[in-house]
Amino acid sequence: MAQILIDGCVLAASYALIALGITLIFSIMRLLNFAHGELFMIGAFMVYYVYGAWHLPFAVGLLVAALVPALIGAGFEKFLFRRVMRIATREENTMLLAVGTAILLDNVALFLFGEEQHGVPETISGVLQIEGGFLPYQRLLVVVMSLVLIALLLLFVQYSRPGRAMRALAQDRDAALLMGVDVDRTSMLGFAIGAGLAGLAGGLLVTIQGVNAGIGVDISIKAFIMIMIGGAGVVSGALLGALVLGFAESVGYALLPGSETYLLIFVALVLFLIVRPQGIMGHPWG
Amino acid sequence: MMQRFPALAGFILFAAVMLIAIPLLLAGQGYWLTVLTTAALLAFGSIGVWLTFAIGRINIAQGAFALIGGYVVAILCTRYHTSFWIALPLSVLAAMLVATLVGWPILRLRGVYFAMITLSLTEVASLAFLNGGSFTEGASGITSIPRPALLSSSLAIYIASALLLLIGIVVAWRFAVSPAGAVFRSLRQGEELAASLGINIARYRLLAFIASSGMGGAAGAMFAAFQQNIFPTSYTVNDSVNFMLYCFLGGLQSVAGPVVGAFLLVIAFQLLSAIQRFQALLYGIFMIAAMLFLPNGLMSLPQLLLARRDRRADAVPPR
Repeated sequence: MAQILIDGCVLAASYALIALGITLIFSIMRLLNFAHGELFMIGAFMVYYVYGAWHLPFAVGLLVAALVPALIGAGFEKFLFRRVMRIATREENTMLLAVGTAILLDNVALFLFGEEQHGVPETISGVLQIEGGFLPYQRLLVVVMSLVLIALLLLFVQYSRPGRAMRALAQDRDAALLMGVDVDRTSMLGFAIGAGLAGLAGGLLVTIQGVNAGIGVDISIKAFIMIMIGGAGVVSGALLGALVLGFAESVGYALLPGSETYLLIFVALVLFLIVRPQGIMGHPWG
Repeated sequence: MMQRFPALAGFILFAAVMLIAIPLLLAGQGYWLTVLTTAALLAFGSIGVWLTFAIGRINIAQGAFALIGGYVVAILCTRYHTSFWIALPLSVLAAMLVATLVGWPILRLRGVYFAMITLSLTEVASLAFLNGGSFTEGASGITSIPRPALLSSSLAIYIASALLLLIGIVVAWRFAVSPAGAVFRSLRQGEELAASLGINIARYRLLAFIASSGMGGAAGAMFAAFQQNIFPTSYTVNDSVNFMLYCFLGGLQSVAGPVVGAFLLVIAFQLLSAIQRFQALLYGIFMIAAMLFLPNGLMSLPQLLLARRDRRADAVPPR
């Protein structure tokens, strides 16, 4: 029992980074980032190479894991989404573009990184014992780092100038433009931060779960489940979604063999969406 | 209305090529018949996705229904020795039944929500068949599905697939110009408005989804009989996305779009065998390029070129 709770906390904390990243991009750009799982995977590979293969400090690995996806995200926004959002005649166009970027990253990663599963050595060893459950220090580190990053992000969005610009953009794009917000730059920054968060989540979780080039779709689906539970584009919803999914997964994996957990999570999700199609915190339609 | 006549001529030409020219020219070429069979079946499945696009839903679940259709045929034909010709309609029915059960709740979702849940659905179908125990044989899949009666040669399977596609085109096309087709388009433009006119929008969108999924099931059933095997990974999220890509590359304006898209991509990759390794990568690039430069698909190219010529003519007035 204690073990299930501990595992749930570890998963929920790191999933929250994924959910916050995709929520940030969704609320600023009204765009569902299908490539979110791929950015996570790239972040995980950065830590694998920098820390696992080249033996540089873990902190450097995490920095690279945040920067590379952030640059990719900024590039996507500047060169692809900005143009398509301007010329699109149907709302599907931007989403299909996002699907295209996901396929692209998936395959580039397959060529660059190969198909094998990779892991990295522990950054700290040792196990903490709580109420009969085991919490390796490695996982504790992931939880603490995730919580710190979440707090930093929330403070940044709440109090900094670019953060305020992002919130303005999320509320009303036209009004933000009229008030002198640099919409292009803020969108690019938002996309970069969202992608960077995905990369950081990957960089943290690679120490526990390892990485292979095929995990992108799975992570994207997890991100989608979280924002369907919590409500798209709402920060509190993203955190709740991460909490629900993290604990559902830890309970499921403790009681059920293998992949049946996700089957049940999905069935529960459909039943939940019948009652509340906009998610727990979401607006009726947006 | 003007456009219907060239469209009709185009269809007759396409049907003649599919049913007369290709069987005559390629009868001995098993390889090319296989390629064209694949293209025809993928095009048929894409027409289903096109139907859900017509009501303004982004459907990334076609792989799931192809998987259901394929498994129904595989299980019935190997374990119960049912004739393929009985298993095929049953597989379509099974796909439609699942579509009804799942579609009723999820069709209330729109836009990104619908796209997210249908994408998850593809993944879940794969998981369900993986966990089906001895009923679905898990990861090892069902192999050595017997060839259907009457379809023992590649040519016969090709002709059956081509006929299926042609019927699909005619039905979808008749449907698009019918009053119900107009209702579908009105759903895409504004569900509230359609509802305010007294249209039972829930019923129409469910009908579109059921029809689409039935086509996916039929395509999957034909593929299972044609490849003689099926695995939980026979259709992944990528395949569901590809069905969508064929629609978009061809264009969503007419039913010719998904057909053009599927044939073009499948045949192009067979011709350029050197780059087959990069197929998935190029699909991604095509998708991005299409959204950047041809957001209305290849079928809009003639209009686009005409418009450009007119603009140029306007810019330089003749003396």
